[in-house]
Amino acid sequence: MNRLSENRSMLKRLTIFAVAMFAFGFALVPFYRVICEVTGLNDLLRPDAPLNTQVDTSRWVTVELDANTRGLPWTFSPNQRSVRVHPGELVHVVYEVRNNSGAPIAGQAIPSYGPKVAAGYLRKMECFCFQKQELAAGETRQMPVVFVVDPELPKDVGTVTLSYTFFELNGATPKPDAGVTG
Amino acid sequence: MSTAVHDHTHGHDDHAHHPTGLKRFLTTTNHKDIGTAYLWFSFAMFLVGGVMALVIRAELFQPGMQVVNPEFFNQMTTLHGLIMVFGAIMPAFVGFANWQIPMMIGAPDMAFPRLNNWSFWLLPPAALLLVASMFVPGGAAASGWTLYPPLTIQMGLGMDLAIFAIHILGMSSILGSINIITTILNMRAPGMTLMKMPMFCWTWLITAYLVVAAMPVLAGAVTMLLTDRHFGTHFFNPAGGGDPVLFQHIFWFFGHPEVYIIAIPAFGVISQVIPAFARKPLFGYTSMVYATASIAILSFIVWAHHMYTTGMPVQAQLFFMYATTLIAVPTGVKVFNWVATMWKGSLTFETPMLFAIGFLFLFTMGGFTGLVLSYTPVDVQLHDTYYVVAHFHYVMVAGALFSAFAGVYFWLPKWTGRMYDETLGKWHFWLSFVFFNVTFFVQHFLGLAGMPRRIPDYALQFADFNMVSTIGAFGFGMTQLLFLYIVVKCIRSGETAPANPWEGADTLEWTHLPSPAPYHSFDTPPVVK
Repeated sequence: MNRLSENRSMLKRLTIFAVAMFAFGFALVPFYRVICEVTGLNDLLRPDAPLNTQVDTSRWVTVELDANTRGLPWTFSPNQRSVRVHPGELVHVVYEVRNNSGAPIAGQAIPSYGPKVAAGYLRKMECFCFQKQELAAGETRQMPVVFVVDPELPKDVGTVTLSYTFFELNGATPKPDAGVTG
Repeated sequence: MSTAVHDHTHGHDDHAHHPTGLKRFLTTTNHKDIGTAYLWFSFAMFLVGGVMALVIRAELFQPGMQVVNPEFFNQMTTLHGLIMVFGAIMPAFVGFANWQIPMMIGAPDMAFPRLNNWSFWLLPPAALLLVASMFVPGGAAASGWTLYPPLTIQMGLGMDLAIFAIHILGMSSILGSINIITTILNMRAPGMTLMKMPMFCWTWLITAYLVVAAMPVLAGAVTMLLTDRHFGTHFFNPAGGGDPVLFQHIFWFFGHPEVYIIAIPAFGVISQVIPAFARKPLFGYTSMVYATASIAILSFIVWAHHMYTTGMPVQAQLFFMYATTLIAVPTGVKVFNWVATMWKGSLTFETPMLFAIGFLFLFTMGGFTGLVLSYTPVDVQLHDTYYVVAHFHYVMVAGALFSAFAGVYFWLPKWTGRMYDETLGKWHFWLSFVFFNVTFFVQHFLGLAGMPRRIPDYALQFADFNMVSTIGAFGFGMTQLLFLYIVVKCIRSGETAPANPWEGADTLEWTHLPSPAPYHSFDTPPVVK
């Protein structure tokens, strides 16, 4: 029957379309990444361009340093809890991380900022968070962060928190019952 | 009740040799049986989701924790959303499509009757998965129906069941939509050109394309959640280079068209009911078709208006804001056309018309609050408050649900061969209308005052309006039992309906078929002039 074959071919085309849309959902993943890269949005692994600017000696900003781990048997802390800096000044701080387990583990540190508005003004030229960190069993590592607080930082912000959380890289995210170390 | 329908159809059609009872519905390939099954299923899900809503409202009756614990409260908000969207509203309109589209275009049945049976029977297992997920360790998914990671990556077994349920529900609606598209494009009676089709068929044709384009994307998103949970992928996990905001983009790429998947068939029902009771043809038919298509196309480029607070650059916010406000234009065309259809018409106000006018008034209000929310600076204030809850219940309940009620009252005489009780129907409308507004209108004030949604407790200053809202919700819930009674009474003992009980109804099912519509209709296609 003519109509039967017409219906069948329609079914075939629409099924292909549905499957293509399923694939399109996955294609959104690299697409999203490219958009973020091109627009410079949320690219956590890219160092900020150095800032050529005057040091604003009339102003002090306190940068509090924070360190957490999630689901990792690591000890992770900054060498000092906070630094007082002038905006525009190049600042060096050091974090220390130690793998307490008997096996090598890879982790990735993710930065976050408080208050949220400060994220755009804390420019990191060098950071251990730009690549994954692999620690041998029992290894201790000193890791530097070099940053500049942009003098454009809104005047009402006197304290900025720079917080890192290390996540384990191999395997899935731990379930909540796996417990949180650190 | 189903047997009553069966007895009737049997009287009119000697060729119908089909089994009775549950077996009839298990094996049926008849579009009318499957339509009935869809409608009863969606009504059952509507009651289940409604009870969940009442649990939510009972907890919010007073400040403090009284009825349930916060974990269960979160499961209720999640399941209420999922069940109402995927279990109640979508299948209800697929039920309408199954009953009406073949009769309206003069086709003997749907294009793929056996596929049709399968589309329906995918639904009960999915609903079971969702309901059963409440009883597994850790309880049901408690993330809200939007399923945002990282929360959903960490939840227990209930989340996996919800993901599988969404897969199955998605497959059901995709298959149903493929069937509808093929039926409309290939099975129309001679002379029934696309631009002569009743508006209801047009809206479903467009909706079905939306389903086929959007549902697979949701299936992809929840599949990524599943692999992130169990197979070590990092789509949404920042530690592995993923991004939780990515999920929101993919989800709302589906989620916004989904809003129109629900709303557009509702527009279709209203576009049949209003002309019938105004005794005038639909005003601006062609512009209605183009407006509906424009809404559908625009719905794919506005998704990030659900995400203004995720830290998007200002240019992106502007784009999504302008694109969203643009949707008000074709929607305005539709509202204008409905009002113009009533203008100088010979109006009568039977129950379907009351629900249609209730829809028109309340849906337009919900549309306006949506316009308010589309403005980024306003939305940043109102994001995740009860203002949003009030907004989408105005378009989902007073929009889609009222339209479904209008459709049921309108077509019950054709489906059952009997009239419903007009007095009770009017009671149903007025009680629904009043209690709906008691429930949801006050939520605008709560949201403007800053009450956050999805939280089981609230600050004392919100107490009075919450109490009012809860009273309204219980009234609305009870009113729907009246609806059940009206439908059952109509099927059992309603007065016999003439072939066309509505003076102004002029589509094929009214003009060419007796009431109740025979089990097999249009075996020989009618000729449409």
